[in-house]
Amino acid sequence: MASSIANGGGGHDALRFYLTKTAQFFLVLATTLLGLVAVTFIIGRVVPIDPVLAIVGDRAPAHVYERARQELGLDLPLIQQFWIYLKKAVTGDFGNSVLTTNPVMTDIANAFPATFELATLGTIIGTIIGIPLGVLAAVKRGTLIDQVVRFLGLAGYSIPIFWLGLMGLLLFYAKLGWVAGPGRIDVTYSYLYTPITGIVLIDTAMQGQWDAFWNAVSHILLPACLLGYFSLAYISRMTRSFMLNELAQEYVIAARVKGLSEMRVIWRHALRNAAVPLVTVIALSYANLLEGSVLTETVFAWPGLGQYITNSLQNADMNAVLGGTLAIGTVFVLLNLVSDLLYRLLDPRTR
Amino acid sequence: MKRLTKFLLSAAMVATMATSFNAVQAATPPDTLVQAWQMDDIITLDPAEVFEFTASEILGNTYERLIAYDYKDVSKIYGEVAESWTVSPDGKTFTFKIRQGKKFASGNPLTAEDAVFSLQRAVTLDLSPAFILGQFGFTKDNVKDKIKQTGPYEFTMELDKAYAPTFVLYCMTSSVASIVDKKLVMQNEKDGDLGYNWLKTKYAGSGPFTIRDWKANEVVVLERNPNYDKKAPLARVIYRHIKETATQRLMLEKGDVDIARNLNPEEIEAVSKNPDIKVDSGPKGGLWYLGLNQKNPNLAKPEVRKALKYLVDYQAIADTIMKHKGTVHQAFLPKGFLGAVTDNPYKLDVAKAKELLAQAGLKDGFTVTMDTRSTADVTGTAQAIQQTFAQAGVKLEIIPGDGKQTLTKYRARQHDIYIGRWGADYQDPNTNADTFAANDDNADDAKAKPLAWRNAWDPGPLTAKTRAAVLETDAEKRAQMYKELQQAVLDDGPFVIYLQEIEVAAQRKNVEGFIIGPSFDTNSVAQAKKN
Repeated sequence: MASSIANGGGGHDALRFYLTKTAQFFLVLATTLLGLVAVTFIIGRVVPIDPVLAIVGDRAPAHVYERARQELGLDLPLIQQFWIYLKKAVTGDFGNSVLTTNPVMTDIANAFPATFELATLGTIIGTIIGIPLGVLAAVKRGTLIDQVVRFLGLAGYSIPIFWLGLMGLLLFYAKLGWVAGPGRIDVTYSYLYTPITGIVLIDTAMQGQWDAFWNAVSHILLPACLLGYFSLAYISRMTRSFMLNELAQEYVIAARVKGLSEMRVIWRHALRNAAVPLVTVIALSYANLLEGSVLTETVFAWPGLGQYITNSLQNADMNAVLGGTLAIGTVFVLLNLVSDLLYRLLDPRTR
Repeated sequence: MKRLTKFLLSAAMVATMATSFNAVQAATPPDTLVQAWQMDDIITLDPAEVFEFTASEILGNTYERLIAYDYKDVSKIYGEVAESWTVSPDGKTFTFKIRQGKKFASGNPLTAEDAVFSLQRAVTLDLSPAFILGQFGFTKDNVKDKIKQTGPYEFTMELDKAYAPTFVLYCMTSSVASIVDKKLVMQNEKDGDLGYNWLKTKYAGSGPFTIRDWKANEVVVLERNPNYDKKAPLARVIYRHIKETATQRLMLEKGDVDIARNLNPEEIEAVSKNPDIKVDSGPKGGLWYLGLNQKNPNLAKPEVRKALKYLVDYQAIADTIMKHKGTVHQAFLPKGFLGAVTDNPYKLDVAKAKELLAQAGLKDGFTVTMDTRSTADVTGTAQAIQQTFAQAGVKLEIIPGDGKQTLTKYRARQHDIYIGRWGADYQDPNTNADTFAANDDNADDAKAKPLAWRNAWDPGPLTAKTRAAVLETDAEKRAQMYKELQQAVLDDGPFVIYLQEIEVAAQRKNVEGFIIGPSFDTNSVAQAKKN
């Protein structure tokens, strides 16, 4: 640490930093994933749902049932089942989903972009609006503006997203007709483009299908705003309290005494310092949305990760659940890494 | 010149953008029928494997079977792919003649070779619904000798016993007996799988529509089959998976879907007031019932079984919680089946129930649990039953659970009472008699596990009677046998059957000809159109 300050964060140390970070990242990733697999695997085997039912149905004759059970390897001891799964997983084979018959990774590659698209837009909306609102509330502490912002935050926390989603659909889709309804795109447009990234907005734009693009925009607008509102509620609340903390610091008084404009004090000095913990807050909220908001996805018939994992879990389709959990685990570790790097960028003390 | 092009281009762009925002308001295209449907149970599209309600319906619209029946009168059987058939004097050999000149969607001609292949394939693959054909003594090892092609448009089927001919023919109407395109399927065979891995997600049939696309949990797209004799009026039918019923309602009212399939009673009430929407319904072969586990010493008493049948307010359930979704029905054969008993003898009668409980030595009632699927209609019904049970001192504890979870417990015979639904596998009365009134082996490790087994009930002589009824060739005598079986189960069986299912479809007014048939594979879009 001392040497790095002495070197002023020179090239050599930066390289070492990134190498250590990379090694750390893979270590953390490996342990996280292994732990996740073990826990999920055990949960999957103790849930009182018979996974064979999803394959053969309720009315299959005994021998068909038994054969399917053996094909799933459920007649083997738990440890052996786990070992077989691990061995395959290391080679990138996460098995097939029972429900969709696709390889689990194919399913996730289909479902994740839908969730990613929605979560990213939601987080962007939440951040862009949430931070200024939080700052405003902190600066105008105790005024009407503060009350309104705090109320918005509280409401975002306590109103069920499911209800709000339905109300949003009722108003903006059914009554006013400002946005398109549930689903990612109208069926009439859905065959006009070939999915490449799986992110409809990007795919349609890349292929110049502007009709389809605008249709997709009007589909994603409402659910993205809804998720945006929820992350806004969290982000504005946290921004407010970080800012209150910063505004009470001596350096703020010093800056004011120096005669700096109030704007400069708030936005350049105080917010700059509040930004460091805020990165964690935003990353956390983003990670939450990336898990797939099951309820939002259900209301808006959005074929994302949340619906996929929930539906799989209800059918004890454990390959799919395990695959989904691993995907989410990876996302969490990745976001952690990104926020670590951002810390380094924002806070000179960590360099 | 250059400037003009530029101007025209930007004008065109502005125009397209404007129209695209208008498209938000537009209805579905006139040649395309869009349905909102909960269809996350589709796991396969191979006729040899399909046994789920949703996938059955898809197959019903895309494949043809040898035999079909009139959806308005199930007793009227006619040949679909079969032109005619004869039964040998000993009743064991059926000879089918195939209609000539038929073609699959692929363009391949449909011949007896395809019919024989399809039936043999289903038996050989031996998946969930294969037992429907297996009932006639076909096995993997003998099917090649038992089902044989005897001419380009003729084949024979040799059964192990002389079954009632209607029983055989009804089984040939089920989706497992769909005719698949042999040539196309075998082109896609891998490692001797008879094309199974391919057909799971693809299509090889001759029905009114072809399956163009299936995205699990998202969409199924059907497209008109140009080779079908009676060309479908619609070019396309799209089923969208919309899990949330309130969302289905909004989309229907908005006109983004033409038919909503899963609305709950309140939503049906609400949309029926909308002048743009009509509500259509039809009775189904599904039954709602309580299963009383005979391993529970209280439920094993005949008086208690009977008392509980007097402790359900059938009419109230049908009129409120299950309004539009069921009518009172108490015998194990749904209305419309041969021999169905429809007099519904039980009514809520607390005094009588108390008397019966006293006879059973349970004057002060008892406590019992019920595994209940956490959906609005099942939970609501369970609560209504809880209330009426309580009037005679029977304390019902509701154990909520997810569908598959309660089912797992039920199948392991670990419940007290199970509340659930049973759908007929095919249109012959044997389908339900075999599960409600027969139990060959009541041991825990029994091979066959019908509903009687799941409730640990030994129906005694009823099992033999059920077996005899499938061999009765005289339709009237056969109907009588089923009536007696139903009566016996009504009197003493461990099943409190309370409703026959009704299927409802809320449709836009301009939709015409969508048929809600008596079984799940007879919901037909073949002649549906939009005005």
